[in-house]
Amino acid sequence: MNYEELLIELISNDNRYFVMTAENRAAMRGITNQIKNNFIDTGITEQTMIGMAAGLALRGRIPIVHALATFLTMRAFEFIRTDVGIANLPVKIMGSVAGFLSEANGPTHQAIEDVSIMRGIPNINVFCPADIQDFNIGIKKVLQHENPFYIRYLNLPNIVEHNEFEIGKSEVFGNGNDIAILVYGMLFNQAYQAKEILEKKGYSVRLLNLRTLKPIDESEILKAVKQCKLIVTLEDHFITGGLFSILAEILLKNKITADVLPLALMNKWFKPALLNDILEYEGFTFNQIAIRIENYFEEKNF
Amino acid sequence: MTKEKLTNLQQTALKVREHIINMSGNGGCFIGASLSCADLTVYLYNEFLNITKETLNNENRDYLFLSKGHDVPALYGTFVELGWLEKDRLKNHLKTNDFIYWHPNRNIPGIEFHSGSLGHNFSVAAGVALDCKLKNINNKIVVIVGDGELNEGSMWEGLLVANAYKLDNILVVVDRNQFQANFPTEELIPLEPIDKKFESFNCAVKKIDGHNFEQMEDAFKSFPFEQNKISVIIAETVRGKGLPSIEKRADRWFVNFTQKEIEELINELHGNAKANLISKTLMVR
Repeated sequence: MNYEELLIELISNDNRYFVMTAENRAAMRGITNQIKNNFIDTGITEQTMIGMAAGLALRGRIPIVHALATFLTMRAFEFIRTDVGIANLPVKIMGSVAGFLSEANGPTHQAIEDVSIMRGIPNINVFCPADIQDFNIGIKKVLQHENPFYIRYLNLPNIVEHNEFEIGKSEVFGNGNDIAILVYGMLFNQAYQAKEILEKKGYSVRLLNLRTLKPIDESEILKAVKQCKLIVTLEDHFITGGLFSILAEILLKNKITADVLPLALMNKWFKPALLNDILEYEGFTFNQIAIRIENYFEEKNF
Repeated sequence: MTKEKLTNLQQTALKVREHIINMSGNGGCFIGASLSCADLTVYLYNEFLNITKETLNNENRDYLFLSKGHDVPALYGTFVELGWLEKDRLKNHLKTNDFIYWHPNRNIPGIEFHSGSLGHNFSVAAGVALDCKLKNINNKIVVIVGDGELNEGSMWEGLLVANAYKLDNILVVVDRNQFQANFPTEELIPLEPIDKKFESFNCAVKKIDGHNFEQMEDAFKSFPFEQNKISVIIAETVRGKGLPSIEKRADRWFVNFTQKEIEELINELHGNAKANLISKTLMVR
């Protein structure tokens, strides 16, 4: 079942679901007529859309709002924080083309601080699926959850079959104890292939597809920290406030430390280009990821 | 309007103003804006809105959103007079044991949504209005906005969208007291002609004296003014209305008076000598 089919199913079973977009119809273009009594396009008005979503939620609706992740999380940030966050209303915030997925648009469209700012709002949870299958498996539980959620919406094909989904639980591949790669979102595919390369070279690797960054799977992360020599955090996000910060918070809270290699955007916007060229230019192809990890591992003389 | 009804409304408004003045010490409140909209809140809750203590959560009730937020003492006072809020609770103003603070919040029965950040509640109201329309509920959604609040772009953005979807169950009331925080609006960011601005956004606009209950009755009872249009009432009001010693003054926006000053102001409210105000205005913005 794809996302459009899921929306139709949800709405036909439960009139509370309400689809909203600030003129970003990519995710529901084909079904707007079929869901017209549960759909509104507010035009290029992220703030008004969020305010209206809060009003609809006050009336018992479960609004699912869509816009480009940058404009949604940043133009409308204070509306999300104030109208959705303070009131803890079950608004589901779908940010599209987050991270590297904005491709050649340039820095205006690069949502690479979205996880940081959304997870900082009390009550708001964060779901960053790896690919379209991971999204489809997880989204129903996310939409049915009583809290607001920020979702990094994406439509990339899957290269693995994903397991069942639970909010706050990561999906673990392998049980290696040299290297643990922690990843979320579209870089999962690269991480999965980097793991295979590293394994061919004789490293013992595990991969955590974190899925929800808030709540975070603390126990699986702590297990990896205890059992592995090196932890890698991999994200198409600024180094500040994302997964590397989440890991640091977990480690400090548990009064432990670890060898951590953060692979993230180091306080700069990325080179606008087509996706594969961005990955190459910024050093995030699976080959480059494997080399960066291997080099770091060997430097450390574990 | 019958003479009896008019007298009742005037007496209720006088009591609400007393409550507001009593909240202007021990930490203080935004007295100017509270006094300018007190007659409006008294009229709306007593004569216009279909809400009672028993129907505060009724799905078909009318809604009022106080978007300008900082004038919430007018709501607290109005709710006390309606019997929705115990009078004794006003003693908890700004105290940690209650929820009666400088901006509205939903812990107070009757308050539909929190506000304080300007330019938010119109779009929240539009969401409520959309749901009510879709469910064929014949109710009224009132949003009180400040004139200074009209500086916020989100206000006009929201009007564009609400107009596109013909949300004519919305009534915007502008508390046109001529001031924003520190300045007369026309000196800082001129708004006039406000009526023409709303009309150019396809709203149906009426202008009234926001302290005159008979004019309110005429305007509010004709809502919705036009089918498919958002109705707007520009209520010409006076900042600090009822207290000549602080009326129309930029420096009496937020005040924190002594008990003696408060007693004198209540005397002044009842037509006696002007209060001798010594306390300086806190510059909080």
